Amino acid sequence: MVGIRSIVRLVLLTALPAVVFAAAGHAEDRIVAARQGGLEAKLEYCKTCHGLSGQGYLGYFPMPRLAGQQPEYIEAQLRAFIERRRTNPIMFNVAHVLSPSMLTALATHFRGLNPRPFGGAPRGSLAEGKRIFEEGLPEANVPACSACHGTEGKGQNEIPRLAGQVYAYTVGQLTGWKKERGQGSAVDTSAIMAPTAHNLTRSQVEAVAAYVSNLP
Amino acid sequence: MLNARKLGIMKRIGLKIAILAIVATAIPAWAGDDAGIRNCTWCHGTSGQGYMVAPRLAGQRPQYIESQIRSFREHTRDNPFSKQYMWGAVAALDPDAARDLAIYFAKIAPKAANDGDRDLAARGRTIYLEGIPEANIVSCYACHGPDAEGVRDIPRLGGLAYFYLKGRLEQWGQGYHSGIESPMPLVASKLGPDEIEALASYLSFVK
Repeated sequence: MVGIRSIVRLVLLTALPAVVFAAAGHAEDRIVAARQGGLEAKLEYCKTCHGLSGQGYLGYFPMPRLAGQQPEYIEAQLRAFIERRRTNPIMFNVAHVLSPSMLTALATHFRGLNPRPFGGAPRGSLAEGKRIFEEGLPEANVPACSACHGTEGKGQNEIPRLAGQVYAYTVGQLTGWKKERGQGSAVDTSAIMAPTAHNLTRSQVEAVAAYVSNLP
Repeated sequence: MLNARKLGIMKRIGLKIAILAIVATAIPAWAGDDAGIRNCTWCHGTSGQGYMVAPRLAGQRPQYIESQIRSFREHTRDNPFSKQYMWGAVAALDPDAARDLAIYFAKIAPKAANDGDRDLAARGRTIYLEGIPEANIVSCYACHGPDAEGVRDIPRLGGLAYFYLKGRLEQWGQGYHSGIESPMPLVASKLGPDEIEALASYLSFVK
């Protein structure tokens, strides 16, 4: 005669392995999903380094803010990484597996994000930074940044947004412009910034970088 | 009255005291008291090189040690051994004491554990430097540096014990948490078991 206890035991014995396998399966599903290369998984991958809201991150290298960035600029940079016109070993690895449609989808997604700026820049030369941003340095052949990047630093088309950009990233880019960008023989739009980057002194770079890092 | 024999004894004792005094000052002084250090070295090893499940503290980024002590006090880092041992161990550590301990251990030269699987180290190195972009696995190098040395509050991974690294990577995949702003749960949740073993092996050999 089968008692209630043995029925319960039988149910538990069959149910428990199912629960355990389901729990293990959940972890497997997540790994499988990430590797299937969908847009959501790829975005999470970008945000692991660039910040969960695309606000940027300070790793061993500074990772720039992507939130609110001009989509054409992001696409152009991803292509530059792939074609090695912009030298960056990490971003080459990231970008070279991206399909053209994925490039566009990623770039479009980040435009819609709007977290507060990352912050943390030194505050000593914000006034000087503002002056350079708005008026340039005519005596040094440095145009006003706002002339191309917009009065609010939001950029347009292929001209990048600077507002809220990570301070250490901007400093690194402006001081090392020709080391990373415009590599190879193909003409590259980055050439337009080369004279300006060259004509700014280190302390002027730091002042401008600090100023734009605080722009909302 | 002093005789020659007593004088000789006093001279020898005096000499021993003088030697002891010189040697004692040569031992590096630490801020924070002896009891504070000993509370750590019981488990983390006499020179902070790690022992069993307790990871090496020697040569670790001081800001990282401080941030982990905070995460134990705030209970944000919740992997089983942390909850069982570390939550209690640091409950009474105020931020100044935590900083002193962190600086003390950071200055000790680290020794690599060298206990990973040598056959997996090459693959681990590739994953460390490049990630696996097709699988959305980020490059560890981007945050932890070319030699896994870390920076600011991002930890040095080079030379940590294989089983410790493996355990941490697995735990994030299982849903355990880090300190509040750590991207590691997101990073590690994509890693498969083979990749974890390769990474942990490679890192255990990095000086």
